[in-house]
Amino acid sequence: MSPLMVLFALAKIVVILLVLLTVVAYAVWFERKLLAHMQCRWGPTRVGPHGLLQPLADAIKLLTKEDLTPSEVFPLVYLLAPFLSLVTALLAFAVIPFGPETRVGGMDLFQIADLDIGVLFILSVSSMGVYGIALAGWSSNSKYSLLGGLRSSAQMISYELAIGLSIIGVLLLTGSLSLRAIVENQAGAYWGFLPRWNIIPQFAGFVCFLVAAIAETNRLPFDLPEAETELVAGYHTEYSSMKFGMFFMAEYANMVTASCLATLLFFGGWHGPVFGPAILQALLPLLWFSLKVLFFLFLYVWIRATLPRFRYDQLMAFGWKFLVPLALGNLVVTSLVLAIRWS
Amino acid sequence: MYQLLFFVFAGAAVGFAINLLLQRHPIHSALSLIGVMASLASLYLMLGAEFIAAAQIIVYAGAIMVLFVFVIMLLNAGEEERTQRSRFAKYLGLPLILLLVTSMAAVIYRQVPQDAMVRFGDFPGRTADIGRRLFLNYLLPFEVVSIVILVAIIGTVVLARKDSETEGPGKAVVSEK
Repeated sequence: MSPLMVLFALAKIVVILLVLLTVVAYAVWFERKLLAHMQCRWGPTRVGPHGLLQPLADAIKLLTKEDLTPSEVFPLVYLLAPFLSLVTALLAFAVIPFGPETRVGGMDLFQIADLDIGVLFILSVSSMGVYGIALAGWSSNSKYSLLGGLRSSAQMISYELAIGLSIIGVLLLTGSLSLRAIVENQAGAYWGFLPRWNIIPQFAGFVCFLVAAIAETNRLPFDLPEAETELVAGYHTEYSSMKFGMFFMAEYANMVTASCLATLLFFGGWHGPVFGPAILQALLPLLWFSLKVLFFLFLYVWIRATLPRFRYDQLMAFGWKFLVPLALGNLVVTSLVLAIRWS
Repeated sequence: MYQLLFFVFAGAAVGFAINLLLQRHPIHSALSLIGVMASLASLYLMLGAEFIAAAQIIVYAGAIMVLFVFVIMLLNAGEEERTQRSRFAKYLGLPLILLLVTSMAAVIYRQVPQDAMVRFGDFPGRTADIGRRLFLNYLLPFEVVSIVILVAIIGTVVLARKDSETEGPGKAVVSEK
């Protein structure tokens, strides 16, 4: 690797990170605005037109607030937890392809790294993400935080299993763990009009993935680790200022990752109608990808505005007695069909 | 570059392992163990065994250690107290460990020829190849292992079961306590 290539790769990482952080900041605005309109309110309107500068104001507020550390915490772990949360959340973006392979000077523009084990990488990073929450809950040395941390570790272990099993169906259809290969496999259309997206043969897998992803990102109706009505703020009760902000950012970054993953695995990634001059042809896939991701972010907010929170035992029973069997059944049926087709 | 990274991660693995023993609080020890797992995964990754590295993180660091941490948090285990009872361990522990390590190193050094150092990408462990090997060449061991694990799972369920109806009065009292 020449120094120029290293520089280029670094620039790419910085640009993608900046875009991602902007998306995360505006996901908060998007959610507040959408939620407000669904509840016949206005949401943020004061800062900028339609409250568009609200994320900036929030960031300034979070950065300048006093950073309190309660006296009875375990300092090292207390400090480590928000970093762990945010780093694991951002790390997942290293393998997400945003568009078709576009090489400029030997480097792919729309993806940081095309790993052979892309899907496994995301699973492993997200499985490490639970430590941020669990350790925050434990090190805060407060009953509400501890309960939040305990709930989150049990919840994430249970639903990780469901996520992993629901993805295997897609992997069987593709025969590869690389996210790029999975998307390429969904190009074209059945009978000329129905897109060959994985959601059609893998509908059960998709439902399972979607539900488990919502639980894995601790969003309503599965946000038991921070259930405001019973646990104050759950695992981040004792955090203030930017440390709280990091948990917040991690949560929204995880939402964006889950949306990207749903798009890539089940909704054909960047595939969509491509037409017009060359520059448009290069940009349209990016647009399709963003729109699909936006749809899933919308779905997150929609579900939050619609459904009440589960009870904890319901959550566990649902995960183990419904989602895992559903994913296993999907796996068996998919492998059977593939085996028959191959033989 | 490769050698530098190797020593960084190998050093991290050993450092975390020593820290695991030195820490008094169970959570800190558990965190050190996670560090050991992560360093090992990095070493696997440097050998080119991507699948093994990912499995190491997902299974060990991501699932088993989460359960460890979960149990430690649930039981709210406090710091352990140091006892200075074992004089044997105090005076002979370090020399014995050094003896063990040096003898192991000597044996390995004699067994392996000089230029047989493992290099980057020596194990082109593509996931498809691993799957093919597992399900064609090593099918029987694979299935036997899965049955052993199944037995272990059933054993756990039986041990953890609350027996309220089937047991006699004597045992019910024990379980109430």
